[in-house]
Amino acid sequence: MSVPVLEMKAISKSFYGNQVLNNINLTVNKGEIHCLVGENGAGKSTLMNILFGMSVITDTGGYDGDILINGSSVAFNSPKAAIEAGIGMVHQEFMLLPGFTVTENIKLNREDTKPNVFSRVLGRKMETLNRKKMASDARNALDKLGMSIDEWVPVAGLPVGYLQFVEIAREIDKENLQLLVLDEPTAVLTESEAEQFLTVVQRLADSGISILFITHRLDEVMAVANQITILKDGELVRSGRTGEFTIAQMAELMVGRKVETSGRISSEKREKANTKVLEVRDLAVDMPGERLRGIDLDVYEGEILGIGGLAGHGKIALANGVMGLYTSRGQVRYQGIDVPLNNPREALNLGLAFVSEDRRGVGLVLEDSIANNIVLTSMQTQEKFLKPGPLKLKDQKQITAHALESIERFDIRCTGPEQIVRRLSGGNQQKVCIARAFTQNPKLLFVSEPTRGIDVGAKSRVLELIVELNRMGVTVVITSSELAELRSISDRIAIIYEGKLSGILAPDAPDVEYGLLMAGKSLEEVGIGERQTN
Amino acid sequence: MKDRLIKIYHGFGLPRLIISVFLLALIIVAAGTDLSVPGLLSDSLVRIGQNGIYVLAMIPSIQAGAGLNFGLPVGVIAGMVGVLVSMENSLIGFGGFLVALLVAIPLGTIAGYLYSLLLNRVAGQEMMVGTYVGFSVVAGMCIFWLMAPFSNPALIWPVGGQGLRVTLTLADTFGGTLNNFLAFQIFGLTVPTGLLLFYALLAFLLWLFLRSKPGVAMEVVGRNPRFAVASGLNINSYRSVGIVLSTVLAAIGYVVYAQSFGFAQLYNGPLMTAFPAVAAVLIGGASTREAKVVNAIIGVILFQTLLTVAMPVTNQLVEGNISEIARVIVSNGMILYALTRVTGGEQA
Repeated sequence: MSVPVLEMKAISKSFYGNQVLNNINLTVNKGEIHCLVGENGAGKSTLMNILFGMSVITDTGGYDGDILINGSSVAFNSPKAAIEAGIGMVHQEFMLLPGFTVTENIKLNREDTKPNVFSRVLGRKMETLNRKKMASDARNALDKLGMSIDEWVPVAGLPVGYLQFVEIAREIDKENLQLLVLDEPTAVLTESEAEQFLTVVQRLADSGISILFITHRLDEVMAVANQITILKDGELVRSGRTGEFTIAQMAELMVGRKVETSGRISSEKREKANTKVLEVRDLAVDMPGERLRGIDLDVYEGEILGIGGLAGHGKIALANGVMGLYTSRGQVRYQGIDVPLNNPREALNLGLAFVSEDRRGVGLVLEDSIANNIVLTSMQTQEKFLKPGPLKLKDQKQITAHALESIERFDIRCTGPEQIVRRLSGGNQQKVCIARAFTQNPKLLFVSEPTRGIDVGAKSRVLELIVELNRMGVTVVITSSELAELRSISDRIAIIYEGKLSGILAPDAPDVEYGLLMAGKSLEEVGIGERQTN
Repeated sequence: MKDRLIKIYHGFGLPRLIISVFLLALIIVAAGTDLSVPGLLSDSLVRIGQNGIYVLAMIPSIQAGAGLNFGLPVGVIAGMVGVLVSMENSLIGFGGFLVALLVAIPLGTIAGYLYSLLLNRVAGQEMMVGTYVGFSVVAGMCIFWLMAPFSNPALIWPVGGQGLRVTLTLADTFGGTLNNFLAFQIFGLTVPTGLLLFYALLAFLLWLFLRSKPGVAMEVVGRNPRFAVASGLNINSYRSVGIVLSTVLAAIGYVVYAQSFGFAQLYNGPLMTAFPAVAAVLIGGASTREAKVVNAIIGVILFQTLLTVAMPVTNQLVEGNISEIARVIVSNGMILYALTRVTGGEQA
């Protein structure tokens, strides 16, 4: 066998005496897809930062161990050095300039130039951009990825899924690219986008580029990986060929406990109440990228209603519209009372609560403590946690007591109620969001994308929490891009297609029916009679 | 014990520790020259009380998400009109002081509200816009001072009889009223009790407000507007609350400043009021996004004491009168330092 593209030998790293990586070995061969899996905090990011010579590593005393590229030892002291050695990285957060076109982003700082009058005098810095060449290079890179988007459109306004491809196009456009590191690239993609993405990754690997793929989604790992390495708490748990693992085994090794990957959390069939809690009539929500174009939907008391569909089809807009966060038209009745639209205050006052899909942007005050995040909404809308008296001073004692209780109940892993929310992992942040909504004592709870970007262990815990709340009498409307997740907890699942309701299915309906509804085909149309779901 | 010391150290922050040590060194040097250390400290106390309210005024605007209030002169002018109305009627002592406040506060509220309407339209650039609003208001008021319908001979130009003078003395009206209230001497140090008590009262009221429901709402709006909307809060109205509060504090601050200083300086007098206050609150450990009352208190103590003590000491040590140059270097140097440290106490 030829020399491996990348070899990392006995890598160890500690931050201020805190061992975060211990004796990690990793080998990536040419044209191979190597999956690196592990929970949040397992040390994946640190390992990649070491590979890339990021300043967080060099500033904190470097690392122990050796890195070999094509058999020769290297030590990168800056990302630039790593890039020059042929390593490319696609980050979890997009690193694109929104106002620039796709081409400009792909070619940023590596623009093709041609000489002109000024450059002959003043040097290369003054050369003109060779836009034609740049555009054709960009086109080429996009074609390799099977992307149909035009290379001249600005990046701003492109759907999230496309941004990922633009980032990859930028990396593969680099001629000396040998190893591409993908850091949780599918976290923000929908299922169909992710599928397309995996095909592309496969194609890249076939063309001889080695790929180091970091992900939480184990079925993806099974689908594309040649080699798998599992990290847990900074240790290498196991490494081997893909065939040596099953999904269940991987999940188990990763979290160190048994985890059900799919399988229904709420298994019992329940009697459906006949009282409608929420009646939505012809609701249109003007949410950029997720427009809802008129939908009729009833929510029954005590149920968990799942809302599914592909990204960009408007499923997320439903909760945002009802809660008044985006401009909407139509009629919403809650327990027979009209909910005034475009007025978050009124929606909250009526007893609706919302866990936003944008956890860090809308769901939390990142710089504030866990305790404050949990009580803020209730304090402002329901006058809770205030001392009696005209001054309405906040009651710190009561707040702390409630926060401690919530931390216990929702299993929030933290150093205490005063810890700043920014420092928590995604899963624990999500638990804080749910605790906040629960503190409002809602009758009807909207939860959007509750498991986006959080690790497997926390995922099932979050879903369990939602089910627990439901059993305590809260009606839940859950929106998610992960169908398996909806099917594991919902009583009914509504599928949204192009801003309209495509159909409602039972959680145990066959996959094909889900597939059809998501593709915008009605069940009658293809000859499957509608199932009795209502 | 060690842990507690470390915790106190982290809470206080390295910059403040360095400044305190430097200050202590200056005072020791001062003791070695023929300067009166109690005298210097008395001056410091007066200047702390005199400028403290301006520094407090920074807090509501920072907490409401509008950043440091560089438009402080908007409130200062309201305070100025209050002082002038009181002087026009030759009111003396506490009566004069209270009337000045009674005029200044409503004017400050109105001016602050209008100013907030502007700032709400330029969200994200409040500090830049505020700086120029401050400058423009001062310039605009220069015209007003010339045309204002004041007729008390003590206020207007002696010859010609139209327009207000540049510098007015408060010695005959309510100059020093607050400073002399319950003032006492100890070890040769004069303590302006009334002034400090009034400052403490305002600091306490502000602290109370920040812990109240609207205070918390204001903070949420400042920290994450989108979260605030999702919690049913009206962003613009809470931002306005913060800016109005800041402006009113500036107005009160001016009345207190004028009675302590003993003079009212019109025309270009208030042009630069915002800068020392900005420097002080930043030195106290605030950032452009987060500020506590304690930051304002620590900041004004360190900043004003340093200015008061550093000047005479440098004059003593270096031949010739470089006091003015030293003042400009020290105070602007501190602002520059503070603005490069906009991250605030935790990271500074």
